[in-house]
Amino acid sequence: MEYFLQQLVNGVTLGSIYGLIAIGYTMVYGILGMINFAHGDVYMVGAFIALIAFLGLLAFGLTALPLILLLVLFATMLLTSVWGWTIERLAYRPLRGSFRLAPLITAIGVSIVLQNFVQLSQEARVKALPPQIHGGLALLGQTRISFTQILVILATVSLLAGFTYLIARTPLGRAQRACSQDMKMAALLGVDVDRTIALTFVMGAALAAVAGLMHLLLYGVIDHYIGFVAGVKAFTAAVLGGIGSLPGAMLGGLLIGLIETFWAGYFSAEYKDVAAFSVLIIVLIFMPSGLLGRQEIEKV
Amino acid sequence: MSAGGDAARPAPTQAAPPRVAPSRLGHALRDALLMALVALALFGPLLGLKTVPLTTGLALESRWHLVAAAVAIVFAGRFLLRYLVWRADRPAGTAARPAASAPRGWFVKALTPALLLTALAWPLLPTTDRYLLDIGILILTYTMLAWGLNVVVGLAGLLDLGYVAFYAVGAYSYALLAQHFGWSFWICLPLAGILTAFAGILLGFPVLRLRGDYLAIVTLAFGEIIRLILINWYEFTGGPNGISGIPRPSFFGLPFTAGEGGFAAAFGLEHSPLHRIVFLYYVVLALALVTLAFTVRLRRLPVGMAWEALREDEIACRSLGINTRNTKLTAFAIGAMFGGFAGSFFATRQGFISPESFVFMESALILAIVVLGGLGSQIGIAIAALVMIGGIELLRNLAWLKAVFGPDFDPSLYRMLLFGLAMVTIMVWKPRGLVSARMPSIQLAQRKAVGAHLVGQGRG
Amino acid sequence: MNDAILTVEHLTMRFGGVVAVSDLSFQARRGAITAIIGPNGAGKTTVFNCITGFYRPTEGMVRLRLRSGETFLLERLPDHEIARIAKVARTFQSVRLFAGMTVLENLMVAQHNALMRASLWTVGGVLGLPGFRAARDAAVERARYWLDKAGLLERADDPAGDLPYGAQRRLEVARAMCAEPQLLCLDEPAAGLNPRESADLTALLDQIRAQHAVSILLIEHDMSVVMEISDAIVVLDYGEKIADGTPAQVRDDPRVIAAYLGVADEEVEAVEHALQAGAAP
Repeated sequence: MEYFLQQLVNGVTLGSIYGLIAIGYTMVYGILGMINFAHGDVYMVGAFIALIAFLGLLAFGLTALPLILLLVLFATMLLTSVWGWTIERLAYRPLRGSFRLAPLITAIGVSIVLQNFVQLSQEARVKALPPQIHGGLALLGQTRISFTQILVILATVSLLAGFTYLIARTPLGRAQRACSQDMKMAALLGVDVDRTIALTFVMGAALAAVAGLMHLLLYGVIDHYIGFVAGVKAFTAAVLGGIGSLPGAMLGGLLIGLIETFWAGYFSAEYKDVAAFSVLIIVLIFMPSGLLGRQEIEKV
Repeated sequence: MSAGGDAARPAPTQAAPPRVAPSRLGHALRDALLMALVALALFGPLLGLKTVPLTTGLALESRWHLVAAAVAIVFAGRFLLRYLVWRADRPAGTAARPAASAPRGWFVKALTPALLLTALAWPLLPTTDRYLLDIGILILTYTMLAWGLNVVVGLAGLLDLGYVAFYAVGAYSYALLAQHFGWSFWICLPLAGILTAFAGILLGFPVLRLRGDYLAIVTLAFGEIIRLILINWYEFTGGPNGISGIPRPSFFGLPFTAGEGGFAAAFGLEHSPLHRIVFLYYVVLALALVTLAFTVRLRRLPVGMAWEALREDEIACRSLGINTRNTKLTAFAIGAMFGGFAGSFFATRQGFISPESFVFMESALILAIVVLGGLGSQIGIAIAALVMIGGIELLRNLAWLKAVFGPDFDPSLYRMLLFGLAMVTIMVWKPRGLVSARMPSIQLAQRKAVGAHLVGQGRG
Repeated sequence: MNDAILTVEHLTMRFGGVVAVSDLSFQARRGAITAIIGPNGAGKTTVFNCITGFYRPTEGMVRLRLRSGETFLLERLPDHEIARIAKVARTFQSVRLFAGMTVLENLMVAQHNALMRASLWTVGGVLGLPGFRAARDAAVERARYWLDKAGLLERADDPAGDLPYGAQRRLEVARAMCAEPQLLCLDEPAAGLNPRESADLTALLDQIRAQHAVSILLIEHDMSVVMEISDAIVVLDYGEKIADGTPAQVRDDPRVIAAYLGVADEEVEAVEHALQAGAAP
């Protein structure tokens, strides 16, 4: 029971990270209908920027941890969103409305560029940051939830709440939803499509940046390859939850995190990714629109 | 990320309010300054501050001169583009650029035999050494893989991101068959192909109902699952260590060894390790040409027409009595089979295989070749393979850059970075690939190319 | 009405809580043109989709009897089998051509199953057996015949997507005919056509009926077309049949007039116009 609970805590934390990345996939897919394959690498870039910001602030002589965390969070979100914006501008916007596979290929190209850029500028070594937040709460018996885990979960919940509000209530959210329904019509009605899409990428990148920071705090180790696997799993999460749906992405992320953690905890760590991918395949075959996605009736 | 070069197209029209028309110079300067700011945000932390491991942990090392250089390049590039190249206020934005035009007839007509002749004569050219021969083998292998994947993606319109799985299945089938039963290359090759075709059907079945990007992500997942199984199933696949000591091919029974009974002795030649490589080169050339002939032929048969019809409109296909399930499965099976052949060849050439050779990046690379070549165009794909694979290899030899950046500069590190940038640039330049027009597979009077804008992209 | 090619009995189709077609029964006579008319949203296309297997009916039976006497229960067959063995071909309300393939290729795809058999499921084709070549030449000849009928012979090697709209409609009919159907289902074939194109199409349909012993099931909004060429008319409203009979019978049915009066003005005008046109001579 204690073991189970511990796995549950770990799974939820991991799932939160996947969920945050998945939101970026789901938003872009919702509007453009494309897989932003470079998104996982944006998350990786976020993690690196977070690391650098951390080290920079420490070197600057700051000691108040909450202040450092807050500053790192803002710096990471801001700088990573510039990456998101640039990628959209250079690699996707020129191809909008063009051949369906073209942006997929540029996305793969961007992913290669990001990985190699980070590898070149930061060297190929694994980077380790010692734990910054110590301690935690004892739950049941031996089960513990660390303060970092609490932070991750709290940050995720508040970001999710914020973004749900943003999409549901603000003009930007309305513009976004309009674009995802019918981009041409939205443009005719005065929605600035270019700006809306750019902002979508910026928001997705900002969330991925948070996920990168969380990853750094939680696991303390990053390298330039973390983007790919996390990206695939997060996309899996987005599809699992029903692509285009914000709560779906979060739910999918949690499920993938839990499946992975429990599989590793109870069966075999080697096959945890196989378990995650198998669940994806099974869900898609039997529920092609995901858990919370809209059912599509085939129009004849 | 890219310094100047393809940096940004003209800003969207709404960004420039026409109330007071600012001078062109001022406009360009302001715009360039803005981009420089963006570049500063991009490169500032990642390029300017390098994390270096110390005994006490990580520390930062500043390299602001690099950032300054990058920002300056972006500023200058953007300014020059803005001021000199984009003179008129061209409307920018979301509209798709017109589809690429059909290539000029004589050019293509001359190109195909020229490429074929070069391919045939390649090992015989006096300039060809071991290294160039290996590159030739590599290019042909990827050409073959891309032609195989083209059946699935280009003809049937089914987006497959896990093609490398079939490459892996072929390689492992070949390796295991050859090792356990000791059969020769020419027996194991077709068997491995058949096994891979079955794998294609097996993987194809569950994904039949999936469309578009769902299909893409599931095939990607399948590819990863197969790789993970290869890594973890020690007893069968040797795990991460892979399989080594895979029998080398022989020249129809004559091994490529020195001394009695070897290839060289039988033909009265002096033994040379190059013989085997030349032989391998012609084997893969033959395999590639078989793939080409077979797919070209299939395209003119009802099954190939049904693939293309499936890409254009699946519902209309069903209304005409076409069994779309079987049609998709044959596409998967045949695409997989060629992947299997290529995998077998890979196994016998390397003599050693491990899961590391079958990562997602390989699938992405093969797909990129297909898309860059222009879906459905065999010659375009061959050129794309030549450019991409040959290009990667060329980038290995950037030693002259040392003269520019000093002796500490290691150019081979920049290979993949440049490769990624090239991929983005080519795609933005030609979204429908190098040869985008489609040639009909049958005609009544006259064979006319179909413009790329009409050709379907497939929803599956 | 004894020789019915198609018998629909108690056909009901529900989507979730929405009843698109409710307890519909009718027959289509062999060799005749049967029209299904009704206001927008009356469930006409849904009936077509049930007959051609794109939807599985919630309840009811769709029986098809070929000239050979062979009988099929269409609600139990998958869509491509309905086309292949039950010999039902259809067109679509929004034209569904293979736009990136040439006109000729479109017609060749329609003969897929015959060619597939001739190519010994690809094996013979790859080997280049003469049987397949003969079959392909025959298929090209059939395609040429229908291109001629549809007035598209000059455009055989052009991409289907490049044709003007009226020609695309005719091509879709020609493509369906290349599949050698015994029942041809046309979903608003004249929609969006100008009078001239509409006349071309009507001529094509007349020829099909006169020379090819094909029964036609037709959804159409254009009342002049319906009244001119139909032998029997089934009127749907809100998924239910409100009338069934010859054009003359249907025309005088008060319920039909009421159904049309209850909808958009143009359609009412169209009906009235057609009624007058029919009554005048």
